[in-house]
Amino acid sequence: MTTELLLKLPYFTVVVLTLLGLAAMIFKRNLIKILMGLSLMESAVNLFLVATGYRTGGVAPIFTNAPSPHMTLPTVQALTLTSIVIGVATSAMMLSFAMVIYKKYGTVDADKVKKLKG
Amino acid sequence: MMDTFVMRHLPALLIAVPLFAAFLMPLVGSLGPKVRSAWVFLGALATAAVGLALAGKVLATGTVLYVFGAAIPQQTLPPDAAFPIRIMFQVDALSALMVVIASLSSLGIAIYSLAAESKQSGLETFYAMLFLLIAGVLGMVATGDLFNFFVFLEISSLAGAALVAYRVDDGVAVEAGLKYALLSTVGALAVLTAIGILFAQYNALNLASLANRLQFTALDQVALVLLVVPLAMKCGAVPMHFWTPDTYATAPSSVTAFLVVSSQASLYGLFRILFTLYGHLVQFSWATFGWFLIVLGVLSMFVGVTMAIPQKDVKRLMAYHAVSQTGYMLLGVGVGLAVLGDADALAQYGKTAMAGGLFHVINHAMYKGLLFLTAGAVFYRAGTRNLNKLGGLGHDMPWTMVFFMIGALAIAGVPPFNGFASKLLIYESVFRFSPFLSIVAMLVSILTLASFVKVFHAMFLGPRRAEFAAVREVPAPMLAGMALLAVFVVVAGLAPQPFVDHLIVPAVDAVIDRAGYVAAILGGR
Amino acid sequence: MDFFQTLQTGAGAWNPLLWLLALAVALGVALAIRSRGRKDFREGDGRKPFISGNEEPENAGGHVPASNLYWGFLESLKGYYARLVPLHTGVPTDYVVWLLGVMALMLVVALVV
Repeated sequence: MTTELLLKLPYFTVVVLTLLGLAAMIFKRNLIKILMGLSLMESAVNLFLVATGYRTGGVAPIFTNAPSPHMTLPTVQALTLTSIVIGVATSAMMLSFAMVIYKKYGTVDADKVKKLKG
Repeated sequence: MMDTFVMRHLPALLIAVPLFAAFLMPLVGSLGPKVRSAWVFLGALATAAVGLALAGKVLATGTVLYVFGAAIPQQTLPPDAAFPIRIMFQVDALSALMVVIASLSSLGIAIYSLAAESKQSGLETFYAMLFLLIAGVLGMVATGDLFNFFVFLEISSLAGAALVAYRVDDGVAVEAGLKYALLSTVGALAVLTAIGILFAQYNALNLASLANRLQFTALDQVALVLLVVPLAMKCGAVPMHFWTPDTYATAPSSVTAFLVVSSQASLYGLFRILFTLYGHLVQFSWATFGWFLIVLGVLSMFVGVTMAIPQKDVKRLMAYHAVSQTGYMLLGVGVGLAVLGDADALAQYGKTAMAGGLFHVINHAMYKGLLFLTAGAVFYRAGTRNLNKLGGLGHDMPWTMVFFMIGALAIAGVPPFNGFASKLLIYESVFRFSPFLSIVAMLVSILTLASFVKVFHAMFLGPRRAEFAAVREVPAPMLAGMALLAVFVVVAGLAPQPFVDHLIVPAVDAVIDRAGYVAAILGGR
Repeated sequence: MDFFQTLQTGAGAWNPLLWLLALAVALGVALAIRSRGRKDFREGDGRKPFISGNEEPENAGGHVPASNLYWGFLESLKGYYARLVPLHTGVPTDYVVWLLGVMALMLVVALVV
C-alpha cells in the first residue's frame, strides 16, 4: 500500500506545485512574482509529463541491446524537453516585458499597470 | 508539372518557406532597406503561392498526407507496424480553407506593412517575427499530430506577443503583449496537460490514431475540457475575451490583421478537436458541447458589440467587433455540433449552419483585416486613434474611405458583400434550430452597423480639421494590401455560391466525416 | 450567367444579380428625382441652400464628437454598462481567473451532466 502511494507521489507533487503556482499567480500583485508562479506551473506540467512515462520495473530507454524489453517511455521525455525549451523562451520574453514596463510605468504592480481597460 | 519536387513536398514547403524567410531576414536586412523589402515581398508571395497550390491540390484530389522524415512521404504506416510513428501533416478540406485564409491574408498584410512600418526601426526583427507567426499559423492548421499542434500554437503565441509589443516606446503595447503572453502560456499549459493525459492513456499523439483509440472515460472528459476552453480563449470567446481589445488596439495594424487569422487558427483547432477527435463517440453528448459553443457564441456576439459602442479608440472598437463576429462562427458551428447525432436535422439545417459558420471564418478574416488596415492607414497619416479627435478625413483620403465603407458594410451584413452571404446562411439555419438565437444574431448585426456608422462619421465625415491639414492619401503599398482584401470581400459577396460549393461544403463534409479522417492515415498507404 | 449563381440557404435564396438590378432601378429613381431640381445652380457660386433661415455656424463647429453620438442608447443601458465595464479591469491576473473559472465550470458540467 505504501509502495502504491509512493508510486503516486509524483502526481501529488504535480497537484501541489500547480496549486502553489496558481496561488502565486492569482494572489500576488508584483509582476515578477506572477511570472514566478507561471514558471512553477510550467514545472508542474513538465513533472506530470515525465511521471506519466514511468513503467514499474522498466529499464531506462537508453539501451541498444536492452537487458529487458520493458522500458519506460521515451516519448514523454521528448515532449518534456520541448516544453522546457518553450518555457525558457516564454519566461525570457515575459521577463523582458516586465523590465520594459518598469522603465515606462515606474512600477511593476499589476494593479497599477492598467492603462488599457474598459 | 503535378509531380515535380515542389508539388510532392508541398506540405513541408508550407512551413519551410516562411521559416526560411524568417531566419534569413536579419542577414538579408543588413544589406539595406530595399533588399529587405524585396525579401519580405518575395517571402510572402512564395508562402501564398505554396499555400494556394496546396489548397488547390487538396480540393482537387482529396486529403494530402505528408510524413516528415519518411522515405516515401505518403507512406503513413511504417512497413512493420500498424500504427503511425512519425509526425504527419494531414491537410483535408477544412485545413485547406484555413490555409487559403492564411495565405491571402499574409500576402495582403505583408504588402501593407512594407509602407506602414517603414518609419519604424528594428524592422529585421519585426519581419522575422511576422514570418514566424505566419509559419506558426500555417503549421497549426495543417498538422495531423496533437503535440505538433501544441508546438505551433506556442510558436504563434510567442511570435504574436513579441509583435504586439513591437512599439516599445509606448509602454501600453508592452503591457498588452505581457497580458497576451501570460494568458496564452496558461492556456497552453492546460493544453499540454490534456495532451499528457491522452498520451498516457492511449500511447498515441497522432490525431487519427487517437481518434481511433479514444474511449470516453472520465479522464478523457477532463482532457476535452482542458483542450477546448483554452482554445476558446485564444479565439476571443466571452468571458475569456478580455485580452482581445488590449492586444488588437496597441499592436501595429498589419500585425492585428494577422492576429485575427491566428485566432481563427485556434478556432480551427477547437473544431478539429470537437468533431474529429471526440466526435462520433456514443457516450459523447453532442448537445452539451454544442450548447457550450452556442452559449459562448451568443455571449460573445452580444457582449462584444455592446462593449464596442462606447469605445473611443477605433482599433479597440474593432477588436470588440472581432470578438462579436467570432460569436457568429461559434453559433453556426455550435448549432451544427448540437444536431450532429440527428441525421435528419443535420441534413436540413445543421450542415447549412456549419457552412455559414465556416464561410463566416474566411469572410471575417478578409473584412476584419481590411478594417484594421484602414484604421492603421488613418493612424499612419493622422497620428491618433482617438475617435473624438479625428474628423473630416474623407476629403483627403478617398481610397481609404472607400475601403472602410466596403469593410463596414461587409461586417454589418449588408448585401452585396460577403458578410451578408455568410450571415444569411447562419440566420436561416439557426432560425430553424431556435428562433430566439437567430433574432439575437440579427439584433447584433444592427448594433454592429450602428457602431460602424459612428466610426465612419467620426473618422471620415465632416469638414476638414485644422490639425489634419497636411493629411494625404496613404502610400501605394498600403493601398495595394487593402485592395487585395477588398477585392475578395466584393467578389465573395457577388458570387457567394461558387465559394460555398467549392471551398466551404468540402470543409463541412471533411469536418463531419471523422471516419474518413481516420481511414486516410490508418486505412491505407 | 454562371458567375451570379443564387445562394441557396435551404430555406430561402438570394441572387446577387437580381439585387444588383434592384439597386440599379433604385439609383435610377433617385437620379430621376434629383434631375428635377433647378438647372441654374452651380456649386460654389456663393448662394447657400436654404435650410432654416437662421445663421449657420462655421463649418468646423458642426462636427458631433464620437462619444456623444449614441448618448440615448448608452444612457438607457446605463445599468447594464455599469455592471459590464468594471469587469474589464485591465489586470492580467483577473483574466487568468476568468479562464480558470470557465474551465472549472465546464469540468463540473462535463463530468456531472
